[in-house]
Amino acid sequence: MSVAAVAPVPTPVRRSGLGKLIRRRERWGWAFVAPFLIVFAVFLIAPLIYAFDMSLYQKGLVGGERFTGLHNYVRVFTDPLFLQGLLRVAFYVLVMVPIQIGLGTIIALVLDVLVTKLSRLSRLLIFLPYAVPAMIGALMWSFIYSPNFGPITQLFNALGLNAPNILAPNHIFAALVNVVTWQWVGYYMIIIYSALRAIDPSLYEAALLDGAGGLRTAVYVKLPLIASALIMCVVFSLIGTLQFYTEPVILGSAAPSAIPPTYTPNMYAASLAFNQGLFNYAATVSFSLGVIVFIGSYLFLFLTRKQNGLR
Amino acid sequence: MATTKPSGYQPKRIGSHVFLLVLCVYFLIPLWWLLVASTKTNSSLFVSNGGALWFSGDFALGQNLSALVTYQGGIYWQWLGNSFLYALVGGGGATIICVLAGYGFAKFRFAGRGIVFSLVLGSVMVPGTALVIPLFMLFSKFSMINTMWSIILPSLLSPVGAYLIRVYCQDAVPDELLDAARVDGASELRTFWSVSLPQLRPAVITVLLLSVVATWNNFFLPSIMLSDSKLWPITVGLQNWLVHSNVGSGAEQVWNLVVCGAFVSIVPLIVAFLLLQRYWQSGLTVGAVR
Repeated sequence: MSVAAVAPVPTPVRRSGLGKLIRRRERWGWAFVAPFLIVFAVFLIAPLIYAFDMSLYQKGLVGGERFTGLHNYVRVFTDPLFLQGLLRVAFYVLVMVPIQIGLGTIIALVLDVLVTKLSRLSRLLIFLPYAVPAMIGALMWSFIYSPNFGPITQLFNALGLNAPNILAPNHIFAALVNVVTWQWVGYYMIIIYSALRAIDPSLYEAALLDGAGGLRTAVYVKLPLIASALIMCVVFSLIGTLQFYTEPVILGSAAPSAIPPTYTPNMYAASLAFNQGLFNYAATVSFSLGVIVFIGSYLFLFLTRKQNGLR
Repeated sequence: MATTKPSGYQPKRIGSHVFLLVLCVYFLIPLWWLLVASTKTNSSLFVSNGGALWFSGDFALGQNLSALVTYQGGIYWQWLGNSFLYALVGGGGATIICVLAGYGFAKFRFAGRGIVFSLVLGSVMVPGTALVIPLFMLFSKFSMINTMWSIILPSLLSPVGAYLIRVYCQDAVPDELLDAARVDGASELRTFWSVSLPQLRPAVITVLLLSVVATWNNFFLPSIMLSDSKLWPITVGLQNWLVHSNVGSGAEQVWNLVVCGAFVSIVPLIVAFLLLQRYWQSGLTVGAVR
């Protein structure tokens, strides 16, 4: 999926008078691609250009906009609130991506060797949260965490223990990691499981016959064969985590002291635009986040280019 | 050598089954809690004899449902309808556009294809939420914020979908098949419709599933674009009730409606997923195998 590495399929040189006819036919490609390219230009390229353009201006005190060049970018990358948010989501990436992909992989490997009623049922149940909107997933967990009526507090009380307030600032990180884990592990599990199912069994039957156990077969034979699927999962999880927004917003409404409106870069941008009316600066934050995510995922794909098998 | 014998595996299987059982409980608990909580009154949500994970004495599901019909003029159902509309039109439209584009990229060697496709691939890595505020500014320039189009139109874009269709199409639709149809005198559109499209079915279902779910789940974009509560999808509407319950008091606290509304809203998609198991389980393979 890396951009520069996409080599066009070599076009065979066509001889004879057919050439013209074939060229005319190939032009049909544009007709098929056209609707997509229009949507692409209007709802992806145009807003990006517009946001970049806006980021070069500042609202003057007396009204009207003033061209300030890259000044907004200097401000963003020295803005402690933006940098803290960025650092926070980077930390979430370090914790959440390995949990999601690691757990998804372990479950997929177990399901790959077990063919029982329970394994089929659990494949379904673990995937089910994918059908639940992130907003509702976060809402359910915020109730479950609630110190007033949550089952966790009730359990601690029943055992005669002091219940921790999960929505307090010192626990909120783990609380959000859990929400995202619940929501997304099943999705990655299904992708990895599908990739495992597509492996030709003869490849690891040989390993089993050679005396390799299930674990060794999984690590040395199966995982390398699904490296490209694993890398895609990491990229999707990376991009998703850096954009963190819905879950902290919902949990924040129950825990305003633990999750300020500047908690993640996306929340910060929304708050700049809609609470403070700083649209030019909000555009700068959004654009900067987009560029950082793009560079981060591109870099990851570049570093793993040997394993990911992407042209 | 004996490791492949079933008897050698027995202890491991018990471990695996316990592992899966624990996971099943973990993944089910929130949904179970939601089911139980949606049968409770506002006060028994806080205090009930059986605790938060069991039903209370007063089974108030019917009461909550009828409150959903009357509260604020039954706007809840409007939200649910909006969610359906946005998901079907936005997700369905995105699928049609992706199928056409993926086919075009896979099967025609038109001038400029390489560059254009690289651009599409690169855009997969542009985070969707970084576009939300720029989209808002662009739409407000054309006075199109606070319309259903401000949700549906941006949902039509799915670079991942176009990519998946292209990859699948390259192997699933052999050039020879297309050439045979062309020799028979079929037009390009007809070749696409009756020769290629049937071959693409698993990939089409995958992309439809991914884009419908993405639009259905969308929260950031509609929460920014829409100020008219009649246009809200269910996610934004419930968040509004949740915020009012958290900061408000008395009649504004509608915890029971938030919970029951959340429960009702996830039923259609969960049922759809259970019924369409065969399709998404085979369909998602498309993305993994490539």
